[in-house]
Amino acid sequence: MLKDMILFLLFFLVLFLLARPLGKYISKVFTGEKTCFDKIMRPIEKIIYKLVGIDENQEMTWRQYAAAVIWFHVFSFLAIFLTELFQGNLPLNPANEGNVSWDLALNTAVSFITNTNWQAYSGESTMSYFTQMTELAVHNFLSAATGISIAIVLIRGLTRKTTKLLGNYWVDMVRGTLWVLLPLSIILSLIFVEQGSIQNFASYVSAATIEGGTQTIAMGPVASQEAIKLLGTNGGGFFGANSAHPFENPTALANFLQALAIFLIPASLLFTLGRMVKDKKQGHAILAAMTILFVLFLGIIYVSEYYGNPNVAALGINGSNVMEGKELRFGLSGTTLFSAVTTAASCGAVNAMFDSFTPIGGMIPMLQIMLGEIIFGGVGSGLYGMLVYVLLSVFIVGLMVGRTPEYLGKKIESHEMKMVMLAVLIPAICILFGSAVAASTDAGMSATNNNGPHGLTEMLYAYASCTGNNGSAFGGLNANSTFYNITLAAAMLLGRFGVILPILAIAGSLAKKKISPVGAGTFQTHGLLFIVLLCAVVLIVGALTFLPALALGPIAEHLLMLQGQLY
Amino acid sequence: MTDSLNLNKEMLFTAVKQAFVKLDPRVQVKNPVMFIVMVGAVITTVFFIRELVSGAMQEGWFELQIALWLWFTVLFANFAEALAEGRGKAQAQALRKTRTNTFAKKIIGNDREKVLASSLRKGDIVFVEPGDIIPSDGEIIEGAASVDESAITGESAPVIREAGGDKTSVTGGTKLLSDWLKIRITANQGETFLDHMISLVEGAKRQKTPNEIALTILLVGLTIIFLVAVATIEPFAIYSSTEISVAVLIALLVCLIPTTIGGLLSAIGIAGMDRLLRHNVLAMSGRAVEAAGDIDALLLDKTGTITLGNRMAVKFIPAPDVSTEELADAAQISSLSDETPEGRSIVVLAKQLYNIRQRNMEELQARFIPFSAQTRMSGVDIGNTEIRKGAMDAVRSYIENQGATLPDQVQTDCEQIAQDGGTPLVVAEKNRVLGTIYLKDVVKGGIKERFNELRRMGIKTVMITGDNPLTAATIAAEAGVDDFLAEATPETKLNLIRDYQDKGMLVAMTGDGTNDAPALAQADVGVAMNSGTQAAKEAGNMVDLDSNPTKLIEVVEIGKQLLMTRGSLTTFSIANDVAKYFAILPAIFVTAYPPLAILNIMNLSTPKSAILSAVIFNALIIIALIPLALRGVKYKPLGANIILRKNLLIYGLGGIIIPFIGIKIIDMILVLLRLN
Repeated sequence: MLKDMILFLLFFLVLFLLARPLGKYISKVFTGEKTCFDKIMRPIEKIIYKLVGIDENQEMTWRQYAAAVIWFHVFSFLAIFLTELFQGNLPLNPANEGNVSWDLALNTAVSFITNTNWQAYSGESTMSYFTQMTELAVHNFLSAATGISIAIVLIRGLTRKTTKLLGNYWVDMVRGTLWVLLPLSIILSLIFVEQGSIQNFASYVSAATIEGGTQTIAMGPVASQEAIKLLGTNGGGFFGANSAHPFENPTALANFLQALAIFLIPASLLFTLGRMVKDKKQGHAILAAMTILFVLFLGIIYVSEYYGNPNVAALGINGSNVMEGKELRFGLSGTTLFSAVTTAASCGAVNAMFDSFTPIGGMIPMLQIMLGEIIFGGVGSGLYGMLVYVLLSVFIVGLMVGRTPEYLGKKIESHEMKMVMLAVLIPAICILFGSAVAASTDAGMSATNNNGPHGLTEMLYAYASCTGNNGSAFGGLNANSTFYNITLAAAMLLGRFGVILPILAIAGSLAKKKISPVGAGTFQTHGLLFIVLLCAVVLIVGALTFLPALALGPIAEHLLMLQGQLY
Repeated sequence: MTDSLNLNKEMLFTAVKQAFVKLDPRVQVKNPVMFIVMVGAVITTVFFIRELVSGAMQEGWFELQIALWLWFTVLFANFAEALAEGRGKAQAQALRKTRTNTFAKKIIGNDREKVLASSLRKGDIVFVEPGDIIPSDGEIIEGAASVDESAITGESAPVIREAGGDKTSVTGGTKLLSDWLKIRITANQGETFLDHMISLVEGAKRQKTPNEIALTILLVGLTIIFLVAVATIEPFAIYSSTEISVAVLIALLVCLIPTTIGGLLSAIGIAGMDRLLRHNVLAMSGRAVEAAGDIDALLLDKTGTITLGNRMAVKFIPAPDVSTEELADAAQISSLSDETPEGRSIVVLAKQLYNIRQRNMEELQARFIPFSAQTRMSGVDIGNTEIRKGAMDAVRSYIENQGATLPDQVQTDCEQIAQDGGTPLVVAEKNRVLGTIYLKDVVKGGIKERFNELRRMGIKTVMITGDNPLTAATIAAEAGVDDFLAEATPETKLNLIRDYQDKGMLVAMTGDGTNDAPALAQADVGVAMNSGTQAAKEAGNMVDLDSNPTKLIEVVEIGKQLLMTRGSLTTFSIANDVAKYFAILPAIFVTAYPPLAILNIMNLSTPKSAILSAVIFNALIIIALIPLALRGVKYKPLGANIILRKNLLIYGLGGIIIPFIGIKIIDMILVLLRLN
């Protein structure tokens, strides 16, 4: 247990040590200050703008920015969708994967443009190397860069005054990719290769097992896709087993680095925020709130898994020996840490199946997603998602000090509240409505592996994961059906753009406002009080919505388990 | 509770009646949260009637109770609003009495014609004599008179109104006590100040304020979230092989949506306007009241606001070879008959410092020489002794005429006093200069404390004065204002306000003169003095009937109270949901999964009593919080963080804990009454 605690502590230590300089670097990238990669990237950047005809000095209003985002995603969707539909006729397909069915292709295309990486398929038996590399991996970069761009736009909205201009989407996305994601991915890929991850275009290998059977071992350009899968909080594994697969996640050190890579950019962006608003404490406060919530949830998962299922414990298997559902190579701590991290951030890479966790151990990852992927959250999306809660907290509580609520000097008025409520409402409705439909139709229920509360959890998780753009699977749900492919694709789209568009609108209206000076009557958005408050608002507003569903799912299952009834 | 809220039986009775009248769906739909509750009440009632017809009274009895309490919830909210409106209506009634159908003496050419006051139009000129009610709002073009304005201010002391200057406006409905006035009417019938006031206090013209709109959006958003959360329970429950009755789902929904704040929101707003009126401030819109809570900077006129407006003697500085007592004695005797405030202050100072008592002027055979424009001195002649006091230049020429000179030391003293922002007054006895009296612009007692209070509220105070910068700086420092604008002109005032606004600050200002009008209009909160000119009153968005410039502090407090009350009740409302979940969820799911009974941490007796207790608590809390909504959460200038911590503890933490206790108690009562 002590070893586990040391691991967790070490994780945060390294995370904060790395995030601080990275956050500063990211702010430099987006404010146009000099950085160390300018010499290499600047020429490339200029060529890109020249090729596509972009004037990098032309800034956009929020509407123009939103239109650019939408057009880009429509185009990206079509590219992935069509590639999948015709991958059988395209090059780089040594495993001779066939064309993908339309509904799966649609689901996958949506999944990758929305930074979800929900995979209703197993990569090794469905996607060609061409599809994986030119479409999926590329969008792992671009969707993550889009997330960062939106977060930066919101920060600009907070820092600029009396302007309509918020930056240029194309420039933000290109810079996010070239300066931030690409260098980090290259470094991380090399480390993974060194650790034993594979990177090749070879055909699948056939091996004879000790039992005398034959086993096909899938190959591929894994390491390169692996790095961005984590750094971009994408989570789409090269293989179906994702980070539980030894070629994706070869060693304990690799596992530690993977978890670290997931949180790296989301944590850094808070330092970026602090630097861009010229008040580091603002970033620290939100980071502290995220950390407190994360430690709380990690603790629950850990304890729940540590004590495990009493029915199993009765057989004399308990403590760190309870490996049900865990990857043996990583043990209890390596697995719980990874699981907590991947669901707190909207990554969705998994090294274990939550399906086999204890009911509470499986509920917490789901709850983290339901809260809106704001505990560190996705790359960029975690920050802007949390800022929605910050605005909500500031509004409710700010009134109590007797002033029109303001955040960083920007007054929060009815237009902002409208957008904030949309950003909270749309995902919540998606999750509840989607799983309610699934729970009341044959098409939905026939896909579950288990009945009772566990089956309900499987369906809830699927819609939560897709809406939250997490993409991890609970396991046990056979989601590759027309029903799930389409409804989950809708959930992913709504979960992504139902938040992005309101956020852009908020940024647009904030940028137009003046910045009020801080005075004795101003409600401070740093300090312990605000941190605690933010956590409370997240828990009360975020979690209460889902309490009835959770009561009938994991909570009921947990209580029944204590009485010896298992599902 | 009724005493402190100024309620009487009649008002309560009217409010109860109004609560039912407001059940009209067209009225309810304006409050989306309560509209949902009413829809729920209607549906539950329909279900009850269905059970009644089919004879399934087991279920019907429960549905009836739920339906009744839902109706009560709506009625309680209506009652709160009606009560708030009722207080205003009572005031309006009193105001309306003054708007009797009086006659006016309209001047047409050289004739006066008696016409109905209601027929007067803007631009008409009327003549008013003692005993007349001033027929409409107007501007005095000729004459000076004392006016009884108690009808609108409640203040019985008459006020002086005169043509020219800053006291030219009169209000319709007030009464002329002496002399006569010629007035140009400035408002058509129905648009007068009084009409405006009546419609404001009645709440007839009430529009939602910006913050109220934003808050309503939040409440509607939460309502939609909970609507979806509750609606999806049914499919989940059916999946879990249980079915939940519609009445129970509606009960859960009503408990979760923010009915407490939703039901009290409009009452809070109305009560805020009303509170302002009780302080004799008339806000032209709720928006202005709200803005008052956000004020960052307050611009105040020096004279009459920060200083008493009169200079007072504070020190005797003797000339060389003269004792201070001798100077004080001469100064006192020369001022005994001087009725100016300056003169009186010299007598007071002499008594304070040297215990020099009143003397009988007649016994001394003294002759008082009043101030004249020619000599620019005043004084006293006692026998051969001539004592004179006046400005340095005047005294200099006086003694130089007698062949003496002003000592250098006295001149230095005078210059020093002027530099310190004071006014020197030199005293001479015949050709001998006795010394200098230091007259000072005296800052009002307690004003420093009020500015400190404002500073703690986070409001910057700025003094505006026509004085030179030196004098202004001295007074500013003494009064404890944060900043000052010296040698102010209407343009510099306007620019100062714009500067602050560009920095993102909200600016409030008080003024009464026509030259204040542009600045009043530019300020976010402009408080015009009722005694001021019509132009000033029209430019501002509030009028202070008492014409007391420091009233802004109260206005700010009321604005803040308004927002705080909303925030506190919203927090309370949301925090309540935790307990309600713990009451209702186990009750409705226990049939599906019996172990979920463990969530019934309040140990409520039966599922039905649990649901009922939560609904009853939800309804009663509205009634319980009406006094708070009408009175407002107390505001103390303690700094945002301390206020927040206090309110969070009361309304946040309290909001989580109180319903646990309340619901449990109600459940116990239900068990006692065998209603479970």
